[in-house]
Amino acid sequence: MNTIHKSRRSFLKTAGAAALGSTLPISLIELAFADTAENFTFAYISDAHIQHIEGTRFVRNWDRGLIRAVAETNLLVPKPDFVFFGGDLAQLGTKAELDHGAEIMSALRYKVHYVMGEHDYYLDLGDYWEQLFGAQYYSFNHKGVHFIVLNSIRTYDDWTFNRWPSNEQRMLEMAGLDNPNGSPFMVGEEQRNWLKSDLSKVAKTTPIVVLSHSPLQKIFKGWNFWTEDAEEIQALLKPFDKVSVIYGHVHQIQYNQIGNISFNSVMATAWPWPYPQSYAQAEQYLPKLTVPMNRADPFFERDATGWQFINTSNGNVDLHYTLYNNTARSVIYNTKTKQPEDSAYQSEDARIPPQTHF
Amino acid sequence: MKLKPIKAILLLPLALTFAMPIASADEFTDADLERWQQQFMGVVQQGRGLWTSPELGTNGVACAQCHPNAANTHPETYPKFQKQLGKVVPMWEMINWCLKNPLEGQPLDADDPKMTAIQAYVTHERRGVKLEPGKH
Ligand SMILES: [Fe+2]
Ligand SMILES: [Fe+2]
Repeated sequence: MNTIHKSRRSFLKTAGAAALGSTLPISLIELAFADTAENFTFAYISDAHIQHIEGTRFVRNWDRGLIRAVAETNLLVPKPDFVFFGGDLAQLGTKAELDHGAEIMSALRYKVHYVMGEHDYYLDLGDYWEQLFGAQYYSFNHKGVHFIVLNSIRTYDDWTFNRWPSNEQRMLEMAGLDNPNGSPFMVGEEQRNWLKSDLSKVAKTTPIVVLSHSPLQKIFKGWNFWTEDAEEIQALLKPFDKVSVIYGHVHQIQYNQIGNISFNSVMATAWPWPYPQSYAQAEQYLPKLTVPMNRADPFFERDATGWQFINTSNGNVDLHYTLYNNTARSVIYNTKTKQPEDSAYQSEDARIPPQTHF
Repeated sequence: MKLKPIKAILLLPLALTFAMPIASADEFTDADLERWQQQFMGVVQQGRGLWTSPELGTNGVACAQCHPNAANTHPETYPKFQKQLGKVVPMWEMINWCLKNPLEGQPLDADDPKMTAIQAYVTHERRGVKLEPGKH
């Protein structure tokens, strides 16, 4: 077993050097020069799960993931217009975790917009998070695109307010992804009403990008790859020409097209999650369109984690995934087929064995 | 989650055996089958407790954080050639690798009741999947 520890150390040294140095994949940098004047780029970092041990100690592995993503995002040339953080900055929503996460994020040299994750929320229902990062849901316009951020990880009031003896217990129950005591995520009526009125001021031809933590589609309820009122949100977005939803939470690459709405997920900086089909007892609906990422190799602790660089070409989003120990992936909106597609692996005969999950 | 001491639970079936009349080797009843299944499920529950426990390692990380419902553990493929270790290993060696690395903890003996419980849980979550030893 000593040999493993040695090789692990040398890998970490290499990874550390990469984070400080000059090794961003070339393709990423070229894509940043997309030529149309309306195009712009932004970066997306998500699911850091900063985890407090005690005192000043935090789980090193998750810290390294976020530190690396921040360092690499700062190296982007040309600079992205802004960065999104997709939720689950903390593991158990404590001040210590949110502060530590915010401190790592503060090294970013760009404006950051935050999305709420369940691990940030269920201790104090977003109280401290709001003090650090602002409103739980909001919208803004940027270069002709309307951005909407939702808190999609709320749930039934009875579960939130009446079920648990303490806030800490409530947080622990929701933090277990596969915990049968959990409760399905939802946007809820308050935000749906807000969304309706927000959208009423937007022209139907304006490209819309919605950022949520959970998928605004139903994939697998058992792990909350799910939003209970997804259909109602989709109906509100239906009248618009170009809609993209980008979500975190699933710690893996997923994409789908439902009518006019493109769905793309982002990876975690902390750890990858299994695809739902690898749980033999599950009924799940991973979008057929999705070509899964490679099965993770746990001996490379950053494998299957990373961050993404997003190109908005004329209102559609193209996601470029930095995979630290695998070939980078790009999921690009295909204007002919009108759906997101992987630039290398979309066709059945282009798939490779590590993409088979079982 | 706090666990009940595993030793006490494992001793229980032994105590029951002594209290009952001695049966022939190949005679057992529906009640026996039910009891044995309960014994097994009790250990599965212990395993689930360990799987979600922040106290198995030293850094608060639990197995379930990366492996919800023990997914992506593939007990049906062991023993197999574990490319990262360069040899054929049984599942418990990989479990110990996880205990030492992501959980920053101590490995368990192969016959530690906790190791038995973890494997019972992982295998139970994988029930119904055909055996494919050696598959990567
Ligand atoms: Fe997450
Ligand atoms: Fe999440």
